[in-house]
Amino acid sequence: MKILATYNIKGGVGKTATAVNLSYLAAQDGLRVLLWDLDPQAAASYLFRIRPRVKGGGKALIKGSREIDDSIKGTDFADLDLLPADFTYRNLDLVLGATKKPTRRIARLLAPLSGEYDVIFLDCPPGISLLSESVLQAADSLLIPLIPTVLSLRTLDQLTDFISSFDGQRPQVLAFFSMIDRRKTLHREIAERLPTERDDVAAAAIPSLSQIERMSVERAPVAAFAPNSRAAQAYQALWAEVRSRML
Amino acid sequence: MQTFSHVLDLAVGAPGQPREEDVLAALAPRFTLGAASRSRTVRRTWLDTFDWRLHRAGLTLEYLTGPRPAQLVLATASGDRLSQAAGRLTWPVLAPDLPPGPVTAVVGPVIGIRALLAVARATSAVQDLRVLNADTKTIAWIRADRTTVSHPAEALLPPRLQVTPVRGYQTQAQRIGELLAEAAGLNGDLGRPLDAALAAAGQRAEAYSNKINVRLSPDMTARAALRAVLLQLLDTLEANVPGTLRDIDTEFLHDLRVAVRRTRSALKLAGDVLPASVAARFRPEFKWLGDLTTPTRDLDVYLLNYDEMADALVSATPAELEPFHAHLARRRVIEQRVLARGLRSARFSRLTGEWRSILTGLSVPRTGERTAELAARRLRRAHRRVLRQGRAISADSPAEQLHDLRKRCKELRYLLEIFASVFDPQAYQRALKDLKGLQDCLGEFQDHQVQQEELREFAAQMMADREMPATALLAMGELAGGIGRAQRRARDEFAERFGEFASPASDQRFQDLIESAGR
Repeated sequence: MKILATYNIKGGVGKTATAVNLSYLAAQDGLRVLLWDLDPQAAASYLFRIRPRVKGGGKALIKGSREIDDSIKGTDFADLDLLPADFTYRNLDLVLGATKKPTRRIARLLAPLSGEYDVIFLDCPPGISLLSESVLQAADSLLIPLIPTVLSLRTLDQLTDFISSFDGQRPQVLAFFSMIDRRKTLHREIAERLPTERDDVAAAAIPSLSQIERMSVERAPVAAFAPNSRAAQAYQALWAEVRSRML
Repeated sequence: MQTFSHVLDLAVGAPGQPREEDVLAALAPRFTLGAASRSRTVRRTWLDTFDWRLHRAGLTLEYLTGPRPAQLVLATASGDRLSQAAGRLTWPVLAPDLPPGPVTAVVGPVIGIRALLAVARATSAVQDLRVLNADTKTIAWIRADRTTVSHPAEALLPPRLQVTPVRGYQTQAQRIGELLAEAAGLNGDLGRPLDAALAAAGQRAEAYSNKINVRLSPDMTARAALRAVLLQLLDTLEANVPGTLRDIDTEFLHDLRVAVRRTRSALKLAGDVLPASVAARFRPEFKWLGDLTTPTRDLDVYLLNYDEMADALVSATPAELEPFHAHLARRRVIEQRVLARGLRSARFSRLTGEWRSILTGLSVPRTGERTAELAARRLRRAHRRVLRQGRAISADSPAEQLHDLRKRCKELRYLLEIFASVFDPQAYQRALKDLKGLQDCLGEFQDHQVQQEELREFAAQMMADREMPATALLAMGELAGGIGRAQRRARDEFAERFGEFASPASDQRFQDLIESAGR
């Protein structure tokens, strides 16, 4: 079982769209996939038409007083399940803080699912917190969507430095450009140059496309409702690269 | 691996019942149906052993082929399902030849050494319907299944609807099941699809059993009872001929032999209730049939125990014993051919044909000895004989004497089995248990005796055929030593086993049994 987290300190960079589409494509590839929507905004749950509610809330889940199994919901797609968001996830930092070894907590919760799933995607809320630290510790790989600006590259370096300070196992990092605006020269330049210069930046990239925004209307992965669209093809290329580099 | 349960399984559209469309309409307004998938055709083969081991264990095994990759699906009595990718399989198949997986892991120990056969075949047109909630989220699937049975006979089954919940939506799926069941106007258990397919084809599962299960009434005349038992034994014998000829698994021959031995014992011990000359005429013929089957069965026993014997070698290695295995396998091919020729011969078909016509045409007088009386009388005699012969055996008695006692025990056992239904069931079980303990010990002793003799013969033959390396000879020597020791153990145990059988307590249990006849 591999754990992949989509993560960025910034919000609105395409984390959820990536988690939703890649988990769908992974399931289409025949892998057994679970997506955990950790963001109290519940966008991934919404996109799969699943109500953002977990019995006992985030507290029961994190403390282990309720089986994680009982809260998992099947999506409309074969081999793809979702652990929904819950509004109480906004307090996860406090709950984690009250446990022993909080940064190892997510990894421990997911360990029993290893027989059941091949891949678990974690869709993280933005920010840097105890929760994100626990996610970074649990993940085998981090997928970091970047908007092609100088500042976001700085953030990537900060994150890489932070991870290299971990003891023991460190997640593999793969950044990729997201929401590329072809009309902006800076976007084009950075998105073309960086993958050739840096190993941890993927060649595949996700342009800013209206089909991706339509996901919130269709409430489904773009690869499901518009499989031949440019958006779906971009996610497919990204999934192919993630699969070959990280699984 | 996949496990899921249906929450509902119902038949619709049978004469006098609501149609499928009307049943599905009952889901509104709380639930809506998504577009149906395209109908796909699935070929279904139901598998079981000849003696229905899976069915008896509450299991249903299906091999599914169609647009999706072939798979084996196992349903348990509680409705749980296991599935496993299967690739291309043909029937019959033995457990070691099944692809590994969760289904094989459950099925293997249940079927043991018996082969899986196709007990029914059908083609199903399958369509999946999504059931949606207010968020148009799929919360359950309804599978509509229209099945046409092609084997064992052609038949059409009423359409079935099966509701399967999407994970995490069990409560809603339960409600969907209730709505559909209400609209369909029935809640009864449909039973297994295999049973429905067999019933539609005019058959039933578990029709074959190697046990004598004729119900005799104590007041039946002895001749009527014996005729009923002999006819059932003939059915069993004949039922096992095709499987023996095709060499599907070793149990066909085993069951055939047991039917022959039971027939011979019945003729010997109670043949006098038949018209004069019937027993005299048929006993030699059934002896011929029994003898015909012996060489192949002996080799089967060797081959079935081979791995265990090879693993038990201490000095020699299993590889060194390999020429012996090759010899056994070659001999078996030859003996199986001889056996098949015998079972296809005019003598065999004359025997079974005439035997059946004599039994069916037998005049059964209304008066005469009652079954219960005969059973009690013969049982008393057979029991006394076992005691007498057993008491005559001392530590120095030759092996033949134990062999003879074993035959008497078998006769007693067959008498018990033939007349089982006229005795008190509890008294029967208690007496049977006493007898089994003695029989196991004698069987062990005699089987090892035969194996010793055969092993010498095999070795001589292998030497003569120049197929015996020195290492193989040594390995077989070690085998002979092991068999000899096991036989010795059985011989040492005999006095104690017989002592138990001849004890006053055991004797009382037999008297109780005999007195219970016909009560």
